[in-house]
Amino acid sequence: MSTRSFGEPVKRVEDPRLVTGKGRYVDDIGDDRTLHAAFVRSPHARARIRDIDPFEAYEVEGVVAVYTWDDLEGAAAEPLPLLIPHPDLTHPRTGYALARDAVNHVGEAIAMVVARDRYVAEDAAGLVKVDYEVLPPVVGLRKAAAAEELVYDDIPGNAAAVSTQAYGDAATAVADAPHHLTFEWDIERSACMPMEGKGVHARWDAHEEKLTLWTATQTSTGVRGAVSAKLGLELTQVDVVTPDVGGGFGVKIVHPWPEEIMVPWAAIRLGRDVKWTEDRREHFVSSAHERAQLLTVHVGFDDDGKVLGLEVDILHDHGAYIPYGLIVPINASTQLLGPYRPGAYRVTFTSLYTNTVLVTPYRGAGRPQGVYAMERTMDRIAQYLGKDRLDVRAANFIQPDEFPVDFGLMFQDGRPLRYDSGNYPALADKLRALVGWDEFEKVRDEARAEGRRVGIGLGFYVEGTGPGPYEGGHVQVLTSGKVKVATGITSQGQGHQTAFAQIVATELGVPFEDVIVTTGDTRRFGYSVGTFASRGAVMSGSAIALAARKVKERTLRLAADALEADPGDLEIVEGMVQVKGDPSTAVGIGTVAVLSNPLRYAFDEASKAATQFSGGPVDYAKPPVAPGEKPGLDETDYYSPPYSTFAAGAHAVIVETDPETAEISILKYAVVHDCGKMINPRIVEGQIHGGVAQGVGGALYEIMAYDEAGQLANASFMDFLMPYVSEVPTSIDIDHLETPSPLNPLGIKGAGEAGVIPTTAAIAAAVEDAEGIPIVRMPISPSELFELRRAARLDPLVNTMPGTASVRWVDPASVLGGPAATTPTISTESEARA
Amino acid sequence: MTTTDDHTGTQGEQHLEVRLRVNGMPRRVELPVRRTLCDALRQDLGLTGTHVGCEHGVCGACTVLLDGEPVRSCLMLAVSAEDHDVTTVEGLTEPDGRLSPTQQAFVDCHGLQCGFCTPGFLTTISAFIEENPEPTEEEAREAVGGNLCRCTGYQNIVASVLRAAEIQRERAAEGGAA
Repeated sequence: MSTRSFGEPVKRVEDPRLVTGKGRYVDDIGDDRTLHAAFVRSPHARARIRDIDPFEAYEVEGVVAVYTWDDLEGAAAEPLPLLIPHPDLTHPRTGYALARDAVNHVGEAIAMVVARDRYVAEDAAGLVKVDYEVLPPVVGLRKAAAAEELVYDDIPGNAAAVSTQAYGDAATAVADAPHHLTFEWDIERSACMPMEGKGVHARWDAHEEKLTLWTATQTSTGVRGAVSAKLGLELTQVDVVTPDVGGGFGVKIVHPWPEEIMVPWAAIRLGRDVKWTEDRREHFVSSAHERAQLLTVHVGFDDDGKVLGLEVDILHDHGAYIPYGLIVPINASTQLLGPYRPGAYRVTFTSLYTNTVLVTPYRGAGRPQGVYAMERTMDRIAQYLGKDRLDVRAANFIQPDEFPVDFGLMFQDGRPLRYDSGNYPALADKLRALVGWDEFEKVRDEARAEGRRVGIGLGFYVEGTGPGPYEGGHVQVLTSGKVKVATGITSQGQGHQTAFAQIVATELGVPFEDVIVTTGDTRRFGYSVGTFASRGAVMSGSAIALAARKVKERTLRLAADALEADPGDLEIVEGMVQVKGDPSTAVGIGTVAVLSNPLRYAFDEASKAATQFSGGPVDYAKPPVAPGEKPGLDETDYYSPPYSTFAAGAHAVIVETDPETAEISILKYAVVHDCGKMINPRIVEGQIHGGVAQGVGGALYEIMAYDEAGQLANASFMDFLMPYVSEVPTSIDIDHLETPSPLNPLGIKGAGEAGVIPTTAAIAAAVEDAEGIPIVRMPISPSELFELRRAARLDPLVNTMPGTASVRWVDPASVLGGPAATTPTISTESEARA
Repeated sequence: MTTTDDHTGTQGEQHLEVRLRVNGMPRRVELPVRRTLCDALRQDLGLTGTHVGCEHGVCGACTVLLDGEPVRSCLMLAVSAEDHDVTTVEGLTEPDGRLSPTQQAFVDCHGLQCGFCTPGFLTTISAFIEENPEPTEEEAREAVGGNLCRCTGYQNIVASVLRAAEIQRERAAEGGAA
């Protein structure tokens, strides 16, 4: 394997372990002495707790302890932290580790049972008696906004925050524009739904007074900080280790989950290892969801479709608690702008409480909603003007020579929304070719002639990736010549061990196989933020590159002394330091590591070279470790960017809808993607594949079906329709553009979330194009499409775009040569087809 | 199968001694009768390669081979596996330590990301290519149609099925030649 592996599609080093059953996920940890926890969870969406009686649970043989809020003390009894405060978050509310005197969503943890095994713990949990005073719940955005019922009596209007950002005078710009339109876009709830739920294993060493916590988290250092604060321990008394994690997609960045407090809390009190593994139903009703938003758009534009003014009002459902602050609606409201810069912009979001599971980032984190509203608005402008949808977008693109672009808005990292680089017209050109945009009208006409309905849709996006504040990397050359690398961010399948090894191999000039990377272990690297917002490669990758460069510089300097050469004349090739072009002079970097650490005692053959009588050239005027030097060949460095770096891309999808059943099939899916310099194109494409599949799920299948009582009616994989292979496109055509970021040493941008961001927008547009019926509410199921067809025929007014009676939609039946639009029978569909 | 009522002094839970063959090795384990096969494999036999994704038989992560046929080990009681041959992901690896064709194919094709659902795919596909050594792409897709993956979008898993069959054919040819 070449040392110049950066940019190569190398196979992942993680995989041989994971395909042989040697992975180590949190539930794999523990032994016969480990105790198991189960949680009593609320069956009600909103209730006061009058009394909890654990007596019967204690009677179950094998039960060790039952805990309720009354047992908690100190900070553990206080509300869970508000992780990301914001001046506009005027009415924050977070839950407790165990419910204190009220529950606010089905699934909220009320009591913890610890027992010999999970079966017994669950038996006993079922026997904990809770006396509830059931209260009417608030479910759904419209009900929350109407505020006839309040989630919290002291929070008026159910609003945690009302936040406005603007540049220019958007209201005037819209009003003065030659054309203006108004739309409401509606997007449903979904969730990350990783295949592995959450899980925690805690071990308390009473002699060392030290807690080790294994948790399936996206931030080991975040959990460490929160747990030490909640349990009254010094930070140095807590280590958090993130083992293999079975997917995250955002839900595992939230911390501390109640279980991350309660499990170690019990382990300390019981002096035994305690573990908890979330089951699937628990994940549905107690881990976070996302997406649900209503976005109202007022847009003013000129004859070319250029947006002169844009006003957006967003209602955001954040569930019962808001520990993660306003990140999702901030993303939605800023990233809505995508590759465009309207003449003036105003966005206001209202973040509303409902009696449902909390809402925190899910891959895309608000961007899919914003992009959905913006891209569909672009489609409608094109429709209104009778223009090509790509042409209208082109009229609005930020041009390559305009970067950096500062919008005068604040992004989710608390820093200016400032695009660093990009080339959106080039993306559009590539997409046009990849999907066959220019030929599609002919394809559609031919299909219609055959009685088939096909449509094409587009979605462009810009994604702020790699937000700060910082990440760090530690690179250490061992005397064996192996290179150990550590960074604080955690891994959930992104292939960090591979990608970071590629960076170090390339920077240092060592074989890829010799680089071993550890992530998410506070014992190895204690300063970190976490894995979210497509930041792993940008942040830790950059920090590791900087650390590797420092190691290289020191390696050359130390080797120069040994070789009596100038460091500038040396190079590192395949792990050997040599005078440039002269392999006869080569010294292994392992030997340089030996020399870097002056020894009194030799511990093996190699280390003899570093002992005090070894006989090498010595300058007795200098101490063995010269001022400014240090023993050992290792370096740490950090990367902290002034701004996020903005990746971009565009999707196009061709769908076919069944004239009879309204089934929606994807015929072609095309992605053009720009994440700057790619470290490993194979991994990048894998991320895109997975994102698109989640996007398809969100566009066509996945909803969180809460009923009016706040019960989640589809809390299982039987009823929550996550895509199988049969639901995803049979192929995803991908083309790349590499516009380097000027902000980091590698020129990279994040890639993790991109695949999911514009998918709902593109699919909605394609269905609309196929059907000729306005699609405003996503996801869309065949039965919903069927009902929309019927409504469109029954009521001609429905068959116009919302907010404008001036545009009439072509009735699909008439296109297909069927009966008139108003024929009020279901059978017209099949007749039309015939 | 030996009944040991209240063998460990626990009330209410009936324990049984179960004999089964796991990855070719005879194993004897005493466990509560209600323990699922996946929990018995993971907790009692220490074979944590089998993962539990939904506990209601939908996701397929816990798939093991029972006498060569894929089964959902979360839907089966361990006592029902008495006298059966169970193969887990750990048992797919060749006796000489070499990766099996399916395991190798997943590495070659980037068929996994987080790796949590992977053991269920590997067992399922291993059984499938035994039955159908030359699948079409459509058949490959069908073969993994009952397993959920949240990371890969299945593109590289379908490629892995085809590659696994190819490696198996290559190895059979090598074996035949030798």
